Amino acid sequence: MKRSLIPAALVLALSLPFAAQAHKAWLQPSQTVLAGNTPWVTVDAAVSNDLFYFNHVPLKTDNLTITAPDGSTVAPQNSATGKYRTTFDVELKQPGTYRIGVVNNYATASWDENGQPKRWRGTEATFATEVPKNAKNLQVGQSVSRVETFVTSGSPSETALKPSGVGLELVPVTHPNDLFAGEEAKFRLQVDGKPASGLDVEIVRGNTRYRNAQDELKVKTDAKGEFTVTWPEAGMYWLEANTQDNKTTVPGAKQRRLGYVATLEVLPQ
Amino acid sequence: MRVKMTIVLSGLLALPAYSAELNVNVQIPQLNVAEYHRPYVAIWVEGADQKAVANLAVWYAQKATNEGAGTKWLPDLRQWWRRSGRTLKVPVDGVTGPTRPVGQHALRFTDSHPELGKLPAGEYTLVVEAAREVGGRELLKIPFTWRGAGGGKAQGSSELGTVTLNTKS
Repeated sequence: MKRSLIPAALVLALSLPFAAQAHKAWLQPSQTVLAGNTPWVTVDAAVSNDLFYFNHVPLKTDNLTITAPDGSTVAPQNSATGKYRTTFDVELKQPGTYRIGVVNNYATASWDENGQPKRWRGTEATFATEVPKNAKNLQVGQSVSRVETFVTSGSPSETALKPSGVGLELVPVTHPNDLFAGEEAKFRLQVDGKPASGLDVEIVRGNTRYRNAQDELKVKTDAKGEFTVTWPEAGMYWLEANTQDNKTTVPGAKQRRLGYVATLEVLPQ
Repeated sequence: MRVKMTIVLSGLLALPAYSAELNVNVQIPQLNVAEYHRPYVAIWVEGADQKAVANLAVWYAQKATNEGAGTKWLPDLRQWWRRSGRTLKVPVDGVTGPTRPVGQHALRFTDSHPELGKLPAGEYTLVVEAAREVGGRELLKIPFTWRGAGGGKAQGSSELGTVTLNTKS
């Protein structure tokens, strides 16, 4: 029944200039807890309906940053983009926790050109040259989104998990590579380094194709921006939170959309 | 046979020095599967807070590879990895060793064990975890009193057989 509503909702979402992304973006590592001399992980990056299946479009990884346990940046290897997914490998040369994240910070604009609505997306730099300043009905916005995951070789470490202070970020209280079914984990969400209170967080376990409902967990951040989740069972989980504010850096932009997504692996007891 | 004699003899000779003893017998069952690999096994002692206080044995594939022998698969011993393995630098003398075949494996630990020997008398739990390549994983726990006399038993159902424990003080 509900399914018939989806196309209409999609059309509506696309026609709104700053609508939320309709699909789920994610980075999925082949495994999150590793050992050995220099183990490798391979990471899939995609935008899809189901978790974690490749059935919509690949995730663009132009702004991919892999932070090593010592805080340095390492390059992905064997990158390839196909019809449905982007894939790349990471060699874990150091023991400790790596953060793998795609952070997009872009400007959006919409205006009327010769009676036709026009939509534009680009960086702050291209905004100045590509968007006509006195276009009719010009609306400008900004979007900062972060899609990330974590992998650990050997003992978990904290250096790579330090927040950057820009946009919506997850600060782990419980280490993201130390999650077990039946146990409670605690995280904090913050915007530009300050606690993000009252935010809705949606958590969905993978393998949605093999069950009839999303079975999402919904939690809200408290005054300190913190939330807790007790993992009902083992699996790969997708976690998302969205918010918006008016702290824009793009000239003329009234609103800034902020998004955060993490893929977390919960192990069985 | 000769090996056994030596162990018995050395045990006898050193007897006065030992005030506490922990005997563990671990059975690795015969499995009728298409592809069999010897299990990785970790045997350790936990305190009341589930913290690992003494590693007794870790058996994993020792053959040299560029991945660091079989250490790549050590996290499959999930609970051991979490409680102790991931902060441990293997190999550890007297603790780590090669995988063992199907059968009964008798292990004896005394006050001379570097970690167990330092443990104060009290209640602990012996944990035996086994994980097998293309197989399953099983974990057994037996509570016991260190520096006391007693025994315990746990029965595995898949990757482990019978595990028995007895202590002497």
